[in-house]
Amino acid sequence: MLLIPCPNCGPRDETEFHYGGQAHVPYPENPNELSDTEWSRYLFYRENPKGIFAERWVHSTGCRQWFNMLRDTVSYDIKAVYPMGAKRPDRTPAGAPESGTASTGPDSTTTGSAAPSTSTTSILSTTAPEGATK
Amino acid sequence: MAETAASPTSAQANAEKNLAARVSPARQLADGFAAGSLAGTVEISEVPFLTMVGLRALAGSAAAERLAGVTGGLPARSGAVAGSGDVSVLWLGPAEFLVVAPTEAHESLGGDLIPALREALGGDAGQVVDLSANRTTFELTGPRARDVLEKGCSLDLHPRVFKAGTAFSTEIANIPAILWKTGDESFRIFPRASFAEFLGRWLLDAMREYASPEVP
Repeated sequence: MLLIPCPNCGPRDETEFHYGGQAHVPYPENPNELSDTEWSRYLFYRENPKGIFAERWVHSTGCRQWFNMLRDTVSYDIKAVYPMGAKRPDRTPAGAPESGTASTGPDSTTTGSAAPSTSTTSILSTTAPEGATK
Repeated sequence: MAETAASPTSAQANAEKNLAARVSPARQLADGFAAGSLAGTVEISEVPFLTMVGLRALAGSAAAERLAGVTGGLPARSGAVAGSGDVSVLWLGPAEFLVVAPTEAHESLGGDLIPALREALGGDAGQVVDLSANRTTFELTGPRARDVLEKGCSLDLHPRVFKAGTAFSTEIANIPAILWKTGDESFRIFPRASFAEFLGRWLLDAMREYASPEVP
């Protein structure tokens, strides 16, 4: 089971959350002008990356707030948690981290060959704060 | 004179009659709770019909400050409980709170808490909703209460982390519930009314092992 660090409540079991699919899928500016293909792309087509994936979650039995999360689909490592509406934190090794708190040390918990661009560590603290789950 | 005095009395009597006719969500478990409670080890009871009010107001807004004036403060972060006297306010979300007050605070019994909150919110953005019938309250007390809860709640309930006067909205026995630690060995659990029987029976089952002598 994942231990998901809710930005409001701290780490909680995955069962307290619901998944909201891929993050950063903007609603089309003018839906009426889209072709059926473009509309179906918006509605049904989602990325399925091997590696870091930006997704939405809601803490449904806790604070009932939505947030975005960067998760490694290979190792299930949670790389970052950031608010709805915020830009996706830069996770590529070459790019400078957007958040000043991010470090660029190699992440020892990911397997090197499986995840291509996981060299920056999480911007969230992985140690459990007060009131954390076991 | 006699007529004016009689009117509130009869309203009061009426309200009390209505209260006596109400059936709490876990009423059918009352005998089970009495039989399953182990004095000095772990005891369970239902506290029916507490007045509960759902509040929604953006932290820092004028409405939130006026609501805080009525309740005696609003909690600022997860786990915090504010309030004054017998009115407590539990943190449910960044802009969502649950007021818990005694039964008598309800409007139908002549209490003025809910009208006061409604007046405090005024026409501003937010909510004051009477949720008294939404949840029931279980009181779990005794030195083994934490052990019982740990069977179905993944929060760290160790007293060095989970201190008295803290409340979390979480899962107990896989159902959503609010867990409020009211004392060193006493917890209040707020399940939805429809989950009350399930959670009551689950807790009774979890308590059963402590009736037997401990195996070394």
